[in-house]
Amino acid sequence: MLDYVIKRLIQVVVVVLLALTVVFFLIRLSGDPTALFLPPDAPREQIEEFREKLGFNRPLHIQYGEFMVNAVQGDFGQSLRSREDALPIVLDRLPATFQLAISSLLLSLLIAIPLGVLSAFKRNSVFDRISVAFTVLGQAVPSFWLGLLLIYFFAAQLHILPSGGAGSVVHLILPMITLAAYSVARFTRFTRSTMLDVLRKDYIRTAKASGVPTFRLVGRYALKNSLIPIITLVALDLGTLLGGAVITEVVFAWPGIGRLLMQSLMNRDFPIVLAGVFIIALIYAVINFVADLLYAYVNPQIRVK
Amino acid sequence: MLEKILQVNDLRIQFKSGKETVQPIRGVNFHVNRGETLGIVGESGCGKSVTSLSVMGLLPVKSSKIVSGEILFNNRDISRLNEKEFRKLRGNEISMIFQEPMTSLNPVFTIGEQLSEPLRQHKKMSKSETRKTIITVLKQVGLPRAEQIIDEYPHQLSGGMRQRVMISLALLCQPKLMIADEPTTALDVTIQAQILELLKDIKTKNDMSLMLITHDLSVVAEMCDRVVVMYAGEVVEEAEVNELFDRPLHPYTQGLMKSLPSNNERKSTLFSIQGQVPKPSEIKEGCVFANRCPFAFEKCLAETPPAFKKGEHISKCWLQEPALEEVKHSGEPSIVIS
Repeated sequence: MLDYVIKRLIQVVVVVLLALTVVFFLIRLSGDPTALFLPPDAPREQIEEFREKLGFNRPLHIQYGEFMVNAVQGDFGQSLRSREDALPIVLDRLPATFQLAISSLLLSLLIAIPLGVLSAFKRNSVFDRISVAFTVLGQAVPSFWLGLLLIYFFAAQLHILPSGGAGSVVHLILPMITLAAYSVARFTRFTRSTMLDVLRKDYIRTAKASGVPTFRLVGRYALKNSLIPIITLVALDLGTLLGGAVITEVVFAWPGIGRLLMQSLMNRDFPIVLAGVFIIALIYAVINFVADLLYAYVNPQIRVK
Repeated sequence: MLEKILQVNDLRIQFKSGKETVQPIRGVNFHVNRGETLGIVGESGCGKSVTSLSVMGLLPVKSSKIVSGEILFNNRDISRLNEKEFRKLRGNEISMIFQEPMTSLNPVFTIGEQLSEPLRQHKKMSKSETRKTIITVLKQVGLPRAEQIIDEYPHQLSGGMRQRVMISLALLCQPKLMIADEPTTALDVTIQAQILELLKDIKTKNDMSLMLITHDLSVVAEMCDRVVVMYAGEVVEEAEVNELFDRPLHPYTQGLMKSLPSNNERKSTLFSIQGQVPKPSEIKEGCVFANRCPFAFEKCLAETPPAFKKGEHISKCWLQEPALEEVKHSGEPSIVIS
């Protein structure tokens, strides 16, 4: 087990470094940002001086080497705009992103798992059909549109919820619903299909033949078997959510990582983009690492290996 | 007179898929005496498993229906019990061992957790009592290190050990009737013998009846007191085991026995019954076996034979019609049993 943990931890490091590398080169491909920060009629010497100062005039591989060495030590340079250290700016935005991600994840799990289980159990019933229709709808509706619709009804028309910003639980409601809509749909469909699969297994018949009542059969036995694939999906989605739900954050002016990254990209503020990618990649990799440990808990076959 | 623990009378089961309905079980009759082993033989798809599932009340609720007939367990009709009433019987008075030991145990629960289920449902027992009972039964089915196995997961056990666990699961509440649906099919030959021996042994010790479903005639010969031969959803022959092997009356049973490879002989080709089992949807008037029967004549195609009785030996074949006996002996090809 310890071997397994160590091996997975090494993988986490590799994934993060690779992600940084890819983004570093991609962002450099988008061109030199100097022009954005200086007036169009800036003299040649001033441009050169600026490039010299930020290191943009050196060969790419040297820039890369220097960046990686610093990055490993947590130094991503200073924001090209505000001249503040990049990493703290990103970390500042983390709590808001966490709040939104976790709350919408919990909301969607709370709705999706019972819904999916019930749908599977009452397969082809009216309830099942309605729930399937809703999940298809939920997956099909784009979040920017749903977000705008919610703002229109609850903020603009009814005036009962704020249209954007953060600070209180009330502010959380609309972005949380917008984000959860997609996850609910995804999780419900997935839970339903996994559950259907499990309910057909021989060991469920065995449990039934032992006289296990239906509720216990589904709620205890079948659910634990279904959890393994569900955990994977939740981990993947949580990674995405924590990486900043860019569109939702922008629509609701939510001060999270997603919105920060979006703005920084627009501004070509490279250090912040790279620091942001670093944090997102790290979160993503760590969550998947935790999910793997969770599997081991749920599935004894992995535990022994 | 032997006490009948299970009686299945004129059972008809219907399956519905979409708008089509089929009857895989048509008028099945048999009974299991107390303390005996009844073998149910037949090839795949003849309705053996469906029959046994109906006794357990485990047929799919929506798509299947018992159209007519009754299943008497201890003289009480259980064919129309609701789920809740059936649950009191399952794993308690009637229990079942399934064909696939590899997939019949839940991979994410320990053996102990799974085995405690019937006790939890049917007996009021404390946790320590439950554990003790499980360990005793695990030992009874010949599992070594029962104290450890109880906390292990199915994947840590071999196929044979898993089947022993399945048997102990079926045994926990000391059922009156145990149904074993091809309990050894998925196991290799040496383990098969051990498992059969074990079943025989616990059947005697626990004074229960065993309904053994198999397609393996050698298993039948080894284990059973009486045999029911099923073909295409009907019982075509029923007899005491030695009687059946000595004098199989139904051409299908005769064919089955002919297809057995004999021990010390290297034949170029094995005998096989020509043709295929008709699908339930294709069954017409007349004898179900007529299209494959080497002795079939007009009457077989036109009328369904009733069950002709000769003492305890029952067969559903026109050749057994008393009036026909003479004709058969004079002109028709006589039945050769190899």
